[in-house]
Amino acid sequence: MQYVIMSFETPECFAVRNDPDAKKRDAFWSDVGHYIKAIKESGVFIGGAGLQPPETATTVRYRNEQRLVQDGPYADIKEQLGGFFIIDVPDLDAALEWAARFPRQPGRVIEVRPILPEPGG
Amino acid sequence: MTADLIARRSVEVAARASRSRLLAFLAARTRDLAAAEDALADAFHAALETWPRSGVPDKPEAWLLTVARHRLIDAARHARVQTDAAADLLVIAAEAQELTSLGTAFPDERLKLMFICAHPAIDIAARTPLMLQTVLGLDLARIASAFLVQPAAMGQRLSRAKRKIRDAGIGFEIPEARELLPRLDAVLETVYAAYGSGWDDVAGSDNLHKGLAAEAVELGRLLLALLPAKPEVQGLLALMQHCEARRDARRAADGAYVPLSEQDVTRWSWPQIEAAEKLLHTAQRSGQVGRFQLEAAIQSAHARRAVAGTTDWACVATLYDGLVKLAPTTGAQIARAAAIGEAQGAVAGWAALAALPAETIHSYQPYWALAAHLLKRLQRAPEARVAYERALGLCADPAMREFLVRQAAEL
Repeated sequence: MQYVIMSFETPECFAVRNDPDAKKRDAFWSDVGHYIKAIKESGVFIGGAGLQPPETATTVRYRNEQRLVQDGPYADIKEQLGGFFIIDVPDLDAALEWAARFPRQPGRVIEVRPILPEPGG
Repeated sequence: MTADLIARRSVEVAARASRSRLLAFLAARTRDLAAAEDALADAFHAALETWPRSGVPDKPEAWLLTVARHRLIDAARHARVQTDAAADLLVIAAEAQELTSLGTAFPDERLKLMFICAHPAIDIAARTPLMLQTVLGLDLARIASAFLVQPAAMGQRLSRAKRKIRDAGIGFEIPEARELLPRLDAVLETVYAAYGSGWDDVAGSDNLHKGLAAEAVELGRLLLALLPAKPEVQGLLALMQHCEARRDARRAADGAYVPLSEQDVTRWSWPQIEAAEKLLHTAQRSGQVGRFQLEAAIQSAHARRAVAGTTDWACVATLYDGLVKLAPTTGAQIARAAAIGEAQGAVAGWAALAALPAETIHSYQPYWALAAHLLKRLQRAPEARVAYERALGLCADPAMREFLVRQAAEL
């Protein structure tokens, strides 16, 4: 079964990516790097990506048939999607195990959701 | 203190002290764990409503038992069960009446409850959670978190197990002598699983169950109280006590992970070690070797470093040889390779590790941590680096992660 593992992060969490303290920054990137490598080499990885911070987001919505293009993420909430992985594992328990291995960081919440099977698939 | 508060406390005390005994008593007679739990929950609820007004009864347990059996009878009437079930319930009523009028404590049937929870007919993934819920009364959210399972899914797993017990008519009985030992193994396995198998030196990272360690020790003590002469029961408790003795020494002041061979022995708990050694000696006098006694003996060999100054790795490796013959788990095989690596050198350790089948280890973190360590000692730096990275990527414990980062930096 396929699951998506989503990392929701606070602004402080996003800031660590470019932390002026090289040690902090490097530790962050190597943690994520090791995780990606392990998930790929374990044969469960389908896809995934890290995302640029929410201020780079643009939203398209419709109000009264009118298209509105707006700057910023769709919802003004504290934790924003920072990246995701799609994995293929036997069950939810296995997916949660991979979620638990995602490097811990204050302000990071991991959400796991099953992927909708393709219609007729 | 107000009467209300006193009553509330009394209910809490009664719940803590006798919930599992009351549950075992009721379930053993109805053979329906879920119904017994519901009835008992109703009884505690009724106590919270009644005791503040009427005062705490003389025999709180008898009071609770009486209410719970009324609830069971009501529920049975409601479900219009056949007359034989109703007859069973009347027997309970009479028995409860008799027990309370005699003033004797009702029998402790928690051992039956433990045998039920670990019954071979029950899904192996449900056994430990079922025991934690019914025997120790842990709540669902806590159990689900400890096993890294969705709470709703854990709830379903437990309900399914209870339905199975009822519908399959699994007897609430302590097995006959001939069947006792194999069945006891399942009970011990269940307690061991609750304790977590990640306390080996190299494994050290399996913290998923750590929060349950204290509960598992409690189960072990209960088991020993109910079956005092079984060597494997003694062995399992000795094993857990040896590990518990080192709990504080496993973390440095700043929270960093400290491997067993580098732990400060003055931080080990001597009363715990002595209690463990005493139990292990009693068990060994029986002359019946078993898996948990061997595991306890391995921990005992490690504990001897406090006296001898060094670890007798050859002795540890020999004990692991015996253990993998009795219980060839991946964890034990990896720990054996680690011991061989210390006793005979990194070449022999690596040979033992490399012999493990690839499909069992590709996402097993302790394997990669030990592989990295041995490859580093063999001065195969590029391979060691790859193994460290893999171990880090599979790691769910921040303290272990930092330890591995430090080790990798020495390459």
